[in-house]
Amino acid sequence: MKRIFPILAALTAVFLAYATYRNLVLAPTDALQGDVYRIIYYHVPSAWTAFLLFFINFIASVQYLASAKPSRQAVAKWVVIAIGVVGVVATFLPQVQGQLKSIGMRPSAMTTTVIMIPLAYFLIGKWFSRERLDVLAVTSAEVGVVFCTIVLVTGPIWARPVWGIWWAPGDIRLTSTLVLWLIYVSYLLLRRFSSSAQTQMLAAALAVFGALDVPLVYFSIWFFRTQHPQPVIGGSGSMDPRMLQTLLISWLAFLCFALLVCWSRFRLELLKREVEELYALESLGSAAEVKASLPLQRSAR
Amino acid sequence: MNAIKFLVAAYIATWAIHFFYMGTLVTRFRRLQKQRKELGKE
Repeated sequence: MKRIFPILAALTAVFLAYATYRNLVLAPTDALQGDVYRIIYYHVPSAWTAFLLFFINFIASVQYLASAKPSRQAVAKWVVIAIGVVGVVATFLPQVQGQLKSIGMRPSAMTTTVIMIPLAYFLIGKWFSRERLDVLAVTSAEVGVVFCTIVLVTGPIWARPVWGIWWAPGDIRLTSTLVLWLIYVSYLLLRRFSSSAQTQMLAAALAVFGALDVPLVYFSIWFFRTQHPQPVIGGSGSMDPRMLQTLLISWLAFLCFALLVCWSRFRLELLKREVEELYALESLGSAAEVKASLPLQRSAR
Repeated sequence: MNAIKFLVAAYIATWAIHFFYMGTLVTRFRRLQKQRKELGKE
């Protein structure tokens, strides 16, 4: 594994360089915004990657909470299956399709989102043990916060020349994204500074509530009037095919990069836990030594 | 529109954040490896 990592890192660096070249040189210039629109190739893929990582954090946290008891695990499994089945069936109903179309959302986008939930739940549950689910949760949350930070930084930089303002106060898309970032920063702070035995359970519960903000952020531009433009994929917004292709390539490059960063962070977390265990063993050993020396001290008296 | 500086700023900011984060990962990794080595000796 150690040998594969540098090769993958080099390949990802080349892919990112190619994606950036496409973003800046090959993609056509926007007729209205000019070249500044090219921020989209970093802003939007970062947002999608952050959402995906928070989704993984949510699934890992639910799996972690559910795996505490076999009965809870069985209930969670059937709830997830029910969400998948009901969600897919609902998107085929004419009434639901009509409602989705009325807000500019393609039913296929909704179906894909709903199918992702049971699929990710069972795959993550199969590949990760209980302890590693917690490691995966903290990894995805931390890397997700990094990508969400980029969204919150590049967004205002893009808004300034296009809207004439850095931030639209009260705008639901912007505010909910900021709240999402704050929730996951508090999740990381809880993990960093709480030494309680219940920290992992508390963090997992917080992650489940935090994840509820992700759909709010994602769907806010469909349900509310906002300054933020309509989505270009799965929604009513449209885009030049060359721009769309460049956007998807950029996202793929960022996904590869995020995967590598997550891999490094995952290994770091495992190492951290190993060191903590060694410290605990050492303190147990020294406590045992102290205990063993106590009767001797008494007898010496 | 002289907006190219915003484009450059956004791209630089993105990579500055990524490199900063990767730097913290490397620092933490080195510190933990050092601690593990020391604990192994003891």
